[in-house]
Amino acid sequence: MNTDEHRSSWAAFLFPAVQFVMVAGTVFTFISGRFAPPKAITAAGEAIDLQYHMTLAVAAVVFILSQLGLAYVVLKYRDHGQRVQFTRGNNVLEAAWTSLTAILFIGLGLLGGKAWANGRMFEPNSDANLLRIEVTENQFVFNFRYPGPDGKFGRIDPKKIDSSLGNPLGLDSSDPASADDIVVPTLTVPVNREVELLLRSQDVIHSFFVRELRLQQDAVPGSIVPVRFKAEQIGKYEVVCTQLCGLGHSSMHTYLNVVSQEDFVAFLKSNAG
Amino acid sequence: MSVAIPPVETRKPAAPFGANYGGPPIRFLGNDGEPEPWQPGRTPQRTYTLGMIVGIGASSMFFLALVSASVVHRGLAGNAWIPLRPPSLLWATSALALASSSTLVHARRKFKSGDIDTFIRWWTITAVLGICFLGGQLLAWRQLVAQGLYLASNPSVSFFYVFTVAHGLHLLGGVIALFWISWRQSHGWRKSPGISRSKATSVAALYWHFVTVLWLLLFSFFLIGG
Amino acid sequence: MSAHGHTIHVSEAPTGFVRKYIFSTDHKVIGIQYFLLALTAVMVGLVLSVLMRIHLLWPDAKLPFIANGIMTPAQYLALVTMHGTLMVFMVLTTAPQSGFGNYFLPIQIGAPDMAFPHLNMLSFWVTFVSFLCLVSAFVVPDGAPISGWTAYTPLSGLGQISGPGEGWGQTMWIVSIAFFCLGSLLGALNFIATIIDMRAPGMSLFRMPLTCWGWFVTAILGLLAFGILLAGGILLLLDRTVGTSFFLPAGLVVTDQLQPHSGGSPLLWQHLFWFFGHPEVYIAILPGMGVASHVLSTFCRKPIFGYKAMVIAMNAIGLLGFMVWGHHMFVSGMNPYSGFAFSIMTMAIGVPSAIKTFNWLSTLWGSKIHFDTPMLFAIGFVSLFVSGGLSGIFLAQPAVDNLLHATYYVVAHFHLVMGVAAIFGIFAATYFWFPKMFGRMLNEKLGKIHFWFTFVGAYCIFMPMHFLGLAGGIRRYADYTAISYLQSMRPLTMFVSFAAFVTATAQLVFLYNFFWSLKNGPKAGKNPWNATTLEWITESPPAHDNFGGQYPSVYRGPYEYSVPGAAEDYIPQNLEPSQVAREARS
Repeated sequence: MNTDEHRSSWAAFLFPAVQFVMVAGTVFTFISGRFAPPKAITAAGEAIDLQYHMTLAVAAVVFILSQLGLAYVVLKYRDHGQRVQFTRGNNVLEAAWTSLTAILFIGLGLLGGKAWANGRMFEPNSDANLLRIEVTENQFVFNFRYPGPDGKFGRIDPKKIDSSLGNPLGLDSSDPASADDIVVPTLTVPVNREVELLLRSQDVIHSFFVRELRLQQDAVPGSIVPVRFKAEQIGKYEVVCTQLCGLGHSSMHTYLNVVSQEDFVAFLKSNAG
Repeated sequence: MSVAIPPVETRKPAAPFGANYGGPPIRFLGNDGEPEPWQPGRTPQRTYTLGMIVGIGASSMFFLALVSASVVHRGLAGNAWIPLRPPSLLWATSALALASSSTLVHARRKFKSGDIDTFIRWWTITAVLGICFLGGQLLAWRQLVAQGLYLASNPSVSFFYVFTVAHGLHLLGGVIALFWISWRQSHGWRKSPGISRSKATSVAALYWHFVTVLWLLLFSFFLIGG
Repeated sequence: MSAHGHTIHVSEAPTGFVRKYIFSTDHKVIGIQYFLLALTAVMVGLVLSVLMRIHLLWPDAKLPFIANGIMTPAQYLALVTMHGTLMVFMVLTTAPQSGFGNYFLPIQIGAPDMAFPHLNMLSFWVTFVSFLCLVSAFVVPDGAPISGWTAYTPLSGLGQISGPGEGWGQTMWIVSIAFFCLGSLLGALNFIATIIDMRAPGMSLFRMPLTCWGWFVTAILGLLAFGILLAGGILLLLDRTVGTSFFLPAGLVVTDQLQPHSGGSPLLWQHLFWFFGHPEVYIAILPGMGVASHVLSTFCRKPIFGYKAMVIAMNAIGLLGFMVWGHHMFVSGMNPYSGFAFSIMTMAIGVPSAIKTFNWLSTLWGSKIHFDTPMLFAIGFVSLFVSGGLSGIFLAQPAVDNLLHATYYVVAHFHLVMGVAAIFGIFAATYFWFPKMFGRMLNEKLGKIHFWFTFVGAYCIFMPMHFLGLAGGIRRYADYTAISYLQSMRPLTMFVSFAAFVTATAQLVFLYNFFWSLKNGPKAGKNPWNATTLEWITESPPAHDNFGGQYPSVYRGPYEYSVPGAAEDYIPQNLEPSQVAREARS
């Protein structure tokens, strides 16, 4: 049914218009930065932002060129009585844009390796000044454990877990190392010090996410996952759970307090004993 | 007024890959070496073999997933993996499996030479050996239960049960197929359209050997894990 | 137009309502059965998503059909889970492959049916049982599961104690998935055997329409992937019901009760699931890519640019699709070095996808575009695939994934590629093939209204989600009141919800058009689109054996449009060379 309807179709004009508005709206919203994440407070976070912006630049160019290119060919080659420029393809062109795309995409991926390695790939016990904090996630609370002056984490026994008795982690009091362990519901760390979080869970998979750290990591029951960061700005930041963990998933959150060294010492002292 | 010869694509129709006229391009899929004329609309006999191979591929991926899961479990930290010593009965059942494959080969040889009665006899023996294998498997499970090793006892035992049940179900399917072919054979093979008698035995045999090989691989896997 | 055909004594067409329409071995009937199954599922899935958007917009609204009026987190999460499961399995894996593939694969390759028609019938009914099991999760005690379509353990593996819906609901979900795996494996087997062995003379693999290549690669993916999911599902079911510990480690304490499991790995479930799950999303999109290529070429009267490159790209996507599953698990606790390896492979898979896009654009270049509704959806497909695919290159990098994982950025990405682009592939196929399937034309005006509302609406729904995600909007959250920084996202959330309501309503135009035209649409001829491939030489709808006893031979490729020197702007595949009308020249 080859009606003449297609010859004067306003789709040829409406589609490019929609494409243009869509591209413009998207690009301007990105440029405006109105929905940007808050500024990163770690050098590692800034490296991630750099990688993100490089990717954004590449994606923006490809996006604008292909979407507006699509709009252009739709408009220009609408049927208005022209002859078709017959071709079955062009192998040189195929080879060219395949190689270019491969170099661009894979290159981008390789460049991002360093930003990924920060905080994830490290030698165990490599930093003498390292502050290790154990993060235990349950349905639906966070608990943070500091090893105390002895620098050792006490033993944990799941059979001893009893929140009502003030022992949400199941600290085994028969282990002398656990006597000075500090367990608190918010995370306090000193500024400019390498921190290692040991993420664990007692029931289902949860996650630990702080936007300003550009750090997200699942807490998996049955294992302990270490991640590292070094916060460089004092402040209070939201910590949320991002891995679906049950009914209370959307209200499972706490805070990261980055404080000065003096305030951190005071914090440890006030929570000791 | 002459008409220019345009560059319209006009290659002669080539025999498509997979068509049978002129003989099957992939020899081992042929109807025991005999060329099968292409009948438009009919599923060629060779396709049943192809279908079975593809089906075996799917089943292999299933068992591969279980094997990978088992290997992962072995490698997990925490020493929860207590290797299971497979019951020694399984050596006997493995021998039964091998025997059943050889009786099957013998049966098919008789079929090809036209000795249908002997074929049926050895074909049935194969199926019975399969049933004996399943019986042996049941005994092996009872032995484990007697030792206090249940499905949920520990991961290596769990995997053992899962592997043997999955294999057993496949074998049961094979036994049913063998009996069904015997039954159809003795009630006159009603064919058109559909699988020929010869192809049915061929495809069933392929499946049966797969189940045997699968068992031998699984058994070896239990032995090296133990 | 005549063709040299082969005659054959064919099997009789079935008589009686049950053998014709219920338990039929005819691939055309089976295709329509799958299509109707997918249509039912998509309507349910759409309603679920509208309910989700209502809740996000008005969390405290009293809804008429809910017991206490206000939607609970359990109900919201059940909606999330069932929406995802229905859409991914019952719609996106069913309609493009089992629906249109079953109907048109045999016809496009010149065969009277699939290689194994009885197996085909069995596949459909197994899939139907799967669907019944899935929807039964709504009515079992405690309702549908809350663990998402991904069903991560231990949440999905502990049973009732994890939460509402995690008892019978999760069990029925797993049983449904297991049946679905079986049905899909049988279907994949059939497709592969048919493509390899049932092609008409002259139909070489490289003369098959790209739709057939899409179905071929998809079938291979399905064959290799669904067995993995079946294995994982069985292990999960055992963990839940008999106390095994495939995925459950020691020391789990839920509601103050120490669980008896020991020795399992939650990450193992993720590996098994995503080893299937990633090929699954390519299963969802590849047939749509084939349809897009096919429709674009037909309606711009020009061969697809780089047919061989398109075939190679599809196969590359299929192959690489098995090597990238870890990109769903960057922050899962998996070895970070593995994460890096998966990342490079994922960036690599962007290459064949980009090639396909360049080829689509090049097909349109220098062409002559007719804007019938199928073409609108095909063009829309290209736009949506570009948008959705590009957000993928962000998510493919684990460093950036630190910021974007589990946010609405991910939701935007997969909805654009699956929830819109793949759906547009289905719509393009529907509008394109409806005349052939039902012998009547769909209404063009209604079709265009449907397209424009859906195209604009979909962008309005899913483009803003990128920003919600970037700013930190977390997915699968039943409410946004607990986290202070999420409050600023309310205006954008409202916009998205309203766009969703409008777009969902616009689908009613499609439904009306579809069912009205079945009875009242203008009668369609054999080839309303002047297309080249074999389905257009059959009657509309085709005879029982497709070609009325006269089987075609194939003399050329599938996209011979506007060939210089030919009198018509299309040359059907089955036309003998001597029969091709040439342009007269003096």
